[in-house]
Amino acid sequence: MTAFLSGLFRFRRGPWENLATVLIALGVVMLMQPFFLWAFTYSFFVTLVGTVMFIITSHFPE
Amino acid sequence: MGEGAGPGGIAALGLPWNEIMPNPIDIAAKATPPHLANRVRGLSDRAIAWIFVSPTIFLLLAINIFPLIWTIRLSFTNYAANKPNAEVKWVGIRNYTRILTDEDIWSHMTTTAHFLIWTILLQVIIGFTLAWLINRKFKGNDLLTTLIVIPMMLSPAVVGNFWTFLYQPQIGMVNYIVEFFTGIPASSFSMLGPGGLAPWSIIIVDTWMWTPFVMLICLAGLRSIPDYIYEAAEVDRASKWRQFWTITIPMVLPFLMLAVLFRGIENFKMFDMVNLLTGGGPGSETLLTSIDLKREAFEKWRTGYSSAYAIILFVTIFGLASIYVKALNKVKER
Repeated sequence: MTAFLSGLFRFRRGPWENLATVLIALGVVMLMQPFFLWAFTYSFFVTLVGTVMFIITSHFPE
Repeated sequence: MGEGAGPGGIAALGLPWNEIMPNPIDIAAKATPPHLANRVRGLSDRAIAWIFVSPTIFLLLAINIFPLIWTIRLSFTNYAANKPNAEVKWVGIRNYTRILTDEDIWSHMTTTAHFLIWTILLQVIIGFTLAWLINRKFKGNDLLTTLIVIPMMLSPAVVGNFWTFLYQPQIGMVNYIVEFFTGIPASSFSMLGPGGLAPWSIIIVDTWMWTPFVMLICLAGLRSIPDYIYEAAEVDRASKWRQFWTITIPMVLPFLMLAVLFRGIENFKMFDMVNLLTGGGPGSETLLTSIDLKREAFEKWRTGYSSAYAIILFVTIFGLASIYVKALNKVKER
């Protein structure tokens, strides 16, 4: 956990990519779940943030 | 081989090989007009590389990037492609808010999720089991592998058509097989009609078609595990069950992950096969998002609205594809 946080603060690729991956996965789950309409409504925003974050952070140093 | 050497009697003529059979590069160089040749000689390697790459970049921009940017622009308007002379109004994010608060679209998303989850689950379980069995050396192993992969070589249009015949309540084979095993009369139910079986019918067809693909990926994973790891486990007296859970599964997992992501992306945008099998029906039981999108765009002609719909699906697929590429790189690093 400490390594993850330290990687985030030092703008390292690994932890930021992991965070973006979690956001994308969360967005996809929110988009397709059958329980809450509000989750469906905000799913696109979450996926978009995750995808843009992934594109940017994939250029961070290892 | 010397300069004058060559096949057959050519060496005997005593002529250099490149005078009898000139190099294609020399032919091209001789055919190039002098003014063009001089101009090319003056260019750097980098410039020449750009000259070769630029047609591809141009095509990529014209076919992929420009339509994408144009679709993003249209998604913020009320444009209708069947009314080209109508005034196009800028509507901001209204198309997006309408889509993301529409309960019907939400329902189509859950239909897609049902299709996605069950197809992936079945394909992974059956595909891995088949790969596990095929990986054991036995006679006819290669022939069996070839037979198993035949369904994925067929066109989805062909598959959709012939499964429609197989699912026919009167003449289809599936109903008679069900009757043979369960005693339920063949004409009393329809696999593609009302009654709740249609979503399962499309799952069966997709599983039949794409399980071999998952099997091939799993087989590649299983064959990449070196034998010495199992031999070391044998020396340590690890049981077969323990070997399976602590060696086989962790080593195959990145490949399995790859298969899941690939099938997930493919099935998220599934259109052709389901459109031919059910056309989204009965009612909207099998109305996947891609079929709904096609209806919005080319039957209702709500181009701006459907552009926003397409962008939402695109961002989702792009996000999943990013994870896919990441998983692929992890597999490559092994």
